[in-house]
Amino acid sequence: MSVLVVVECDNGEVKKSSLEVASYGSQVAQMLGTTATAVAVGEATEANLAKLGEQGISKVLYDAEPRLKDFVNGAYTKLIAAAAGKEDSKIIVLANSNIGASVGSRLSVRLQASLATNVVELPKANGSSFTVKRGAFSGKAFADVVLSGDRKIIAVKKNSIEALHEAGKTATVEAFSASLSDADFTDAPKQVVMQDQAGGILLPEADKVVSGGRGMKGPENWGLIEDLAKALGAATACSKPVSDVDWRPHHEHVGQTGITVSPNLYIACGISGAIQHLAGVNSSKVIVVINKDPEAPFFKAADYGIVGDVFEVLPKLTQAVKELG
Amino acid sequence: MKFLVCISNVPDTTTKITFTPDNKEFNKAGVQFVINPWDEYALTRAIELKEAQGSGTVTVLNVGEADTEPNIRKALAIGADDAIRVNAAPKDAYFVAQQIAAIAKEGAYDVILMGKESIDYNGFQVHGMVGEMLGIPTVAPAMKLDMSGSTATLEREIEGGKEIVEVNTPFVASCQQPMCEPRIPNMRGIMTARTKPLKVVEPVGEGARTEVAEYALPPKKQGVKLIPAESAGDLIKLLRNEAKVI
Repeated sequence: MSVLVVVECDNGEVKKSSLEVASYGSQVAQMLGTTATAVAVGEATEANLAKLGEQGISKVLYDAEPRLKDFVNGAYTKLIAAAAGKEDSKIIVLANSNIGASVGSRLSVRLQASLATNVVELPKANGSSFTVKRGAFSGKAFADVVLSGDRKIIAVKKNSIEALHEAGKTATVEAFSASLSDADFTDAPKQVVMQDQAGGILLPEADKVVSGGRGMKGPENWGLIEDLAKALGAATACSKPVSDVDWRPHHEHVGQTGITVSPNLYIACGISGAIQHLAGVNSSKVIVVINKDPEAPFFKAADYGIVGDVFEVLPKLTQAVKELG
Repeated sequence: MKFLVCISNVPDTTTKITFTPDNKEFNKAGVQFVINPWDEYALTRAIELKEAQGSGTVTVLNVGEADTEPNIRKALAIGADDAIRVNAAPKDAYFVAQQIAAIAKEGAYDVILMGKESIDYNGFQVHGMVGEMLGIPTVAPAMKLDMSGSTATLEREIEGGKEIVEVNTPFVASCQQPMCEPRIPNMRGIMTARTKPLKVVEPVGEGARTEVAEYALPPKKQGVKLIPAESAGDLIKLLRNEAKVI
């Protein structure tokens, strides 16, 4: 049996979160004394799939069926189940993405597997017991979860696992067909609409985030956030009050009822740090808080802070980043 | 059209999370429980669609012990017609999904809605499990839901964009903003909720497939290093040379 890794691709490239998932899967395979096989979904190129060898993948299965380019829940689930059958995989690893969670939850029923989502660390396997650590209470806590049963599905939280890069190693890419029929595509999207991303960096995948709150005073001031984000190569985000009043789109809302992020660097500008917001960001590696109120609760959760006016501080930071070269 | 809205009973978003001394369970002492915020989108949208259709029913379903009934009554006050409580602690997503699937099948519901995930366990699993158990499509997470006859048009959020998906009833959708403006109960709703039917049933199916061995809180931060606003640029040097994140 090999460990099966689900790799999401977009425009020919393997997503960053999937490089992490591949690295997770190959390390689990090593723990269990077996190999890791990937099954690729979305639009991929053979060259990029072969490069998954750098993340420890031995073999990649790829179905070039054109209708698999966009996410189709029914078809993806069938494809991955077929790949798991072919590889006799007892463990499937995927990203804790909207695609991963949609497919993983269906697969867990179809394959009678135990499912853990939002997983942040490699498993602890001890004899027959298999435990994973996952985020719970919207980032306010972690839970060690025991996955009972023979088959297991693990959805790995983005930015939790360092991707491996073993230069020069390549994976074999193998054509694979799950014999999909029209019936598997009944829930295919009628249309796919992509957002304009500032600098092309997606917030859920970003390893640096610059985020603004009510202290930014209005949507017309977001240029200051965007300038710093652009200089750093970061994604932009916001607090709930900001998306509630439509200064920014809701998909930028970070927090307990928005998205949870865990970048290497999170810069909060004019955000006081309500407990619901902290829940969405507290697994970030380094948190920087800029706020004119020295009593803002966010400072207690920060690594670095500047007590000052965002309108004066932000341009200085952007300038300093540009000077770094 | 028959709507089934699944709600979970979760600690209020402002709750400071603590655990029992053995770290095996969430410490409920003194905690205010609310309807899971994501589920509020599902509930309000179901009521709006029923009102637009001029007929139909909205049934609210909760898997929980008797202490969840105040929030079930709240859902009835917001506008659901009747409620079912499966009398069991929600052991894990698989356990809960089995209860929902059994009730959805027995009641022949057309539309099964729930929130994207619960803010306590954050599984984001139940939607797909229920869909698979019933052999019907799942759309998760859905930002928009419109119905025309037995066809639904949904916007599914994907990383970096959205998909427009059409499915026929029956189907499952897990809901999130900006689907609707969640309603709050009014006085008339609160009065009528008291007499709306709330049926209690016993759980079915197998047990759970996962078990929490231990909860833990995130490590505390070391304390903030403050940089004077006048020399804000020094922060960038620290981020490069000390924190090594840029």
